[in-house]
Amino acid sequence: MHVHRFERLWLVGALTLIVLFIGTVTYGAVGAGYGMVDATGGEVDQTNPTASDNFREPGVYNGSEPNHYDVYIEAVQFAFVPGTSEPIRLPANSTVTFHVTSGDVVHGFEVVGTNINTMAVPGQVATVTVEFDEPGEYGLVCNEYCGSGHHTMEGSLDVVPPAEFNESEVN
Amino acid sequence: MAHPHKSERPQTYEADETQLKDRLAFIDRYPNAARITRLSLSVSFTALAIGAILGIIQALHRTNVFRGLISSADYYSVLTGHGVLLALFFTIFFLTGIFTWGTSNSLGRKLSSPRFSLAWFLLMLSGAVMTSTAIFGGLVGQIPFSADVLYTFYAPLQAHPLFYAGLATWLAGTWLAGVDWFRTYYQWRQDNPGERIPLQMFMIMTTMLMWYIATLGVAVEVLVFLLPMSLGLIESVDPLLTRTLFWYFGHPVVYFWLMPAYFTWYTVLPKLSGGRLFSDPLARVVFILFLLLSTPVGFHHQYADPGVPEGFKFIAMTNTMFLLLPSFLTAFTVVASMEYGARQRGGTGYLGWLKSLPWGNPAFAGCALAGLMFAAGGFSGIVNAGMNINSLVHNTLWVPGHFHLTVGTASALTMMAISYWLYPQITGKRLQFYGVAQIQPYIWFIGMGLMSNAMHRAGLAGVPRRTAEPQYQQFDFAPLLGSMSEMRLQIAIGGSLLTLGALMFVFVMVGTWLAERGRGRLRVDSHLPEPISGASDSPRVLDNVKLWFLIAVVLVAIAYGFPIYSMVADGVFSPAAPPFPV
Repeated sequence: MHVHRFERLWLVGALTLIVLFIGTVTYGAVGAGYGMVDATGGEVDQTNPTASDNFREPGVYNGSEPNHYDVYIEAVQFAFVPGTSEPIRLPANSTVTFHVTSGDVVHGFEVVGTNINTMAVPGQVATVTVEFDEPGEYGLVCNEYCGSGHHTMEGSLDVVPPAEFNESEVN
Repeated sequence: MAHPHKSERPQTYEADETQLKDRLAFIDRYPNAARITRLSLSVSFTALAIGAILGIIQALHRTNVFRGLISSADYYSVLTGHGVLLALFFTIFFLTGIFTWGTSNSLGRKLSSPRFSLAWFLLMLSGAVMTSTAIFGGLVGQIPFSADVLYTFYAPLQAHPLFYAGLATWLAGTWLAGVDWFRTYYQWRQDNPGERIPLQMFMIMTTMLMWYIATLGVAVEVLVFLLPMSLGLIESVDPLLTRTLFWYFGHPVVYFWLMPAYFTWYTVLPKLSGGRLFSDPLARVVFILFLLLSTPVGFHHQYADPGVPEGFKFIAMTNTMFLLLPSFLTAFTVVASMEYGARQRGGTGYLGWLKSLPWGNPAFAGCALAGLMFAAGGFSGIVNAGMNINSLVHNTLWVPGHFHLTVGTASALTMMAISYWLYPQITGKRLQFYGVAQIQPYIWFIGMGLMSNAMHRAGLAGVPRRTAEPQYQQFDFAPLLGSMSEMRLQIAIGGSLLTLGALMFVFVMVGTWLAERGRGRLRVDSHLPEPISGASDSPRVLDNVKLWFLIAVVLVAIAYGFPIYSMVADGVFSPAAPPFPV
């Protein structure tokens, strides 16, 4: 089969580029340690998620280590619990693991302007671990269509200076 | 409209007897195939017109420019209509049209049974009508139908059973269309043993095999889970399993939109540029790569899903990246063929040849502009495919920004452009309102440039997709570049231009359809020149379609076997989520 010289060059160039793309993703996972949302969150009983071992009453909890917090969030039509009726408050310079599930249909959980972005699927728990270095205010949106009130489903997340953070808010 | 060539006799009848077969328009040689093509295209264009009008309603509502027509709750019915009508019905009816033409045209024979062809067309049509009825019922209070579940109809959101039954019927029609083309191929094969498969037929066969593999997922989703759920026969479904089955189909369908565009870029665009295709063997390699790699990539739509192990996301990511290869090769071929054509027309210089291309010919201009936009869409797609970078843009406005460049321009603009060339051949009528047709691709190009660049930037600021409101109560978006109001304005202007472009196209088509037959030359030449490097230069194994099909099935089993097994191991309905009518 005859392949023109330029075409062959282009083919080699394209393959090199593809291998480089795969390389950057691999580096992100192995080198930079970016963990994907995966199956490690486990499953919960969709009709009663909080009764399951791997999900608690929604809220902010102390983690296994100092400065590590666990936030349990249940997404329902059309609110984040917690997040919508009152902001989720977390201290800066902390590591936070979000545990997100859904109480009814498929929702999205996006912290606007960050790479915290996961699906809330009924019966599944999504876990995302991130570090908050600096204080700031973030919006939360549901980015997966979840019914006629989808556009009203929002919330907020306040990362406050450690001195202003009141440990009594933590369960 | 005035006819500059009124004095000339119609091309159809001016042929001399010796070359009659070559000179006749397609409709004269294969009246049945021409009729099926015409019927498919007319449904396709009707879906385009309705979908475009829904598009402008959405663009103006969401950007807050004009919201008098619908409420924010109805927005989702409009969005469902826009998605289903354009992404499924406009594109796939166009595909069945152009592939019916391509089958007869490349094999040089008529379809095996006119009655069978009409049957699959009617099946597809009735399915499309059922589904559309369910969607539009949602906009009328008195009608008990609704289906505002979006084009991505994830359980446990539930639509009226008519929506799912329509989709299943329509799907069965597309399967039979493939049977029709394969039957015609086997009859040709009996008469032509040992000959290489004509290129267009080869593309049709590989595309259809891909479709059979890919639609299996959505057929199981609809028939086993969603339709019984909506009829109340089963009480609950496993959301993750149905979601996985949807995306098993949901990415390959993207290539099904694209394949008619590739089919056109490889077999017709080189000739429209004034030359001929560079390499037939490489075109075959490209279609085989699509057959092999299109289906085992669906998990790249589920990078942000819990319940799917990271390893399978990684496999899907690798496959997706390799799927760039056929598109890169196509980019080379398309540009090289255009350059060859331009040089045949007297073009010179490194870039000066670009001026020698027939930019005033709407069929050429549309295909070329679509190809250009596809390059931009390809690069934003690489960002989506990058498993970790994807978290920044997942489900944001970036995503519709991306697919309005791919399906909304690469596919849609190519389909419209090639219709300017194809439609006269299947109707025997001269293209009407040529001036409108000439500027239409440019209107589309400018409209899409405005809309999609603003969508991409808004996505980077975190603006979600699929939502009826431009802003939220508890926070503001902070764009890196430009302001939110400027982006919204661009989306509104761009969306309006796109709707205008779609309606201009439909206007030309309807005008041509209503025109009198036999008046004026057809102004198109149906002859397709042989490629520079022909089929005989390629290894015979490329034509072994069965082999490629089997490899494709094995790759799908590797990518999907274990994750689907682990999802159903604890029961197909577990975890169980009850349906939520919307």
